[in-house]
Amino acid sequence: MKPTYDAIVIGSGLGGLTCAKRLADADHRVLLLEQHFQLGGLATWFKRGGHIFDVSLHGFPYGMVKTCKKYWGKTIQSAIVQLKNIVFDNPQFSLTTSFSKDDFIRLLQERFGVAEAVVREFFITIEGMNFYDDQKLRTFELFERFFPGRGDIHRLLLEPISYANGSTLDEPAITYGIVFSNFMNRGVFTFEGGTDRLIGLMEHELKNLGVDIRTSARVERVVLNKGRATGVMVDGKYIPARAVISNAGITNTVDDLVGREVLSENFCERFAQVRVNNSSCQVYFGIRKGESIPDIGDLLFTSREEQFTSEALRDLRTKSRTFSVYYPKTRPDAPPDYTIVASMNANFDDWARLNAHEYAQEKEAMVERCLADLERYLPGVHSKIDVIESATPLTFQRYTLHSKGTSFGTKFEGLDISRSLHKELPGLFHVGSVGIIMSGWLGAINYGVIVANDVDSWLRDT
Amino acid sequence: MNREEIREVLLEIIADIDEEADFTALDADKPLRDQLELDSMDFLDIVMELRKRYKLQVPEDEYPELATLNSCVNYLEPKLRDL
Repeated sequence: MKPTYDAIVIGSGLGGLTCAKRLADADHRVLLLEQHFQLGGLATWFKRGGHIFDVSLHGFPYGMVKTCKKYWGKTIQSAIVQLKNIVFDNPQFSLTTSFSKDDFIRLLQERFGVAEAVVREFFITIEGMNFYDDQKLRTFELFERFFPGRGDIHRLLLEPISYANGSTLDEPAITYGIVFSNFMNRGVFTFEGGTDRLIGLMEHELKNLGVDIRTSARVERVVLNKGRATGVMVDGKYIPARAVISNAGITNTVDDLVGREVLSENFCERFAQVRVNNSSCQVYFGIRKGESIPDIGDLLFTSREEQFTSEALRDLRTKSRTFSVYYPKTRPDAPPDYTIVASMNANFDDWARLNAHEYAQEKEAMVERCLADLERYLPGVHSKIDVIESATPLTFQRYTLHSKGTSFGTKFEGLDISRSLHKELPGLFHVGSVGIIMSGWLGAINYGVIVANDVDSWLRDT
Repeated sequence: MNREEIREVLLEIIADIDEEADFTALDADKPLRDQLELDSMDFLDIVMELRKRYKLQVPEDEYPELATLNSCVNYLEPKLRDL
């Protein structure tokens, strides 16, 4: 450890890791502090009973290839591979797709009977969307404009994005357009070698650049002097720095690391409007060594709900879930391993209000529902499973410390707070999932680059 | 630096960002974004690299000055003249 740093990054999610990397690239002295014993934030994994379970690998857009190549180098970039079989199965439709624009243009015509001109116009509209567009238009209105009364098409278009970033029909349409277009570019991609390899490679890059890294180091607070950030307190020790970048949640940053009392009234009012996004539940299944399962697709969007609604998706006993199926190809250099991760959107409060007995019961019932649904795609899988683990919003909160265990940061208004924090408290920056568009693996990494540019500008000026 | 040197530096920075960038048919008066498929992240990279190399700050509201190769050179010439 050095006595002082140019920049201290609090939190090692993909945004924090990338921000640290970019600042080190620009020759700044960087310290990265992580409260957990493992780097990665929600880009994480855990080992249980001889299996490795990926928590948020699921799949990301093609844009990761360019982003990783530019900001993390060719080793990481070259491990990005396509997931070719994306499956939808619900009472309204069942289909397999590459989840790319070409395939969606075909499906919307052949399976959903939409005229080609309408489909093309829809894609032109969403591809033309950018951050500076009208923010009043809602996603529901966008869908109604092109596909009026077609709940089945709304479901096809939104359900996957709801799982990717917690979007609902009520969000600004630009947030939908930007994220959906990213995926439609070429389809869904993954990282060969798994989350552990990705984060391991990133850690290696940072160490090569001289970044100091401390895990199990929980920052108590950001130290301010006359409204300017001067360092952090960690384990009762003050570490000075010219800039502090928080990769904690934006609500955690303001409420836990700084405190609202140091903020102006105007900023406080805007901050009070920030809504955190929903959380998640997951159930993890490991297939006994030596057993195998057939290829049923890489990512399955399944539901037994007649219609799609955002509320039903997050319900305590939701009938909608994704199955991320990890075959041995996920980690080609490791002994063959099959794991399946069921993911559901969830409301923190639904789980937080249960007493210990109810909580255990609901968790067990959730596992049973996931298992019953999985049996529909893999008959007899029950007898091949040797490890089952599960997580609720409380689990996500415990490991990430995020307010209400949020999996996707904040709704749209959080972006403005995140972007303007350093104007309110000079020297303190925020990077992390905010505003829906700066979320997911690609959003988090790109946001890390954007914030690093702000920090670099600040460091060169002061 | 003179105009030609600034031009060379810009092309070098862009080539570092996108090694497949093809400058042979580049029209210096047309947007770089369209011709080289540069996105907003690429422009951010250019800004950060200029700052690293020349301690030059390009404020966000002046990013439009970087639209074409010639507008870049025009914008940078007075700032880099004495280097």
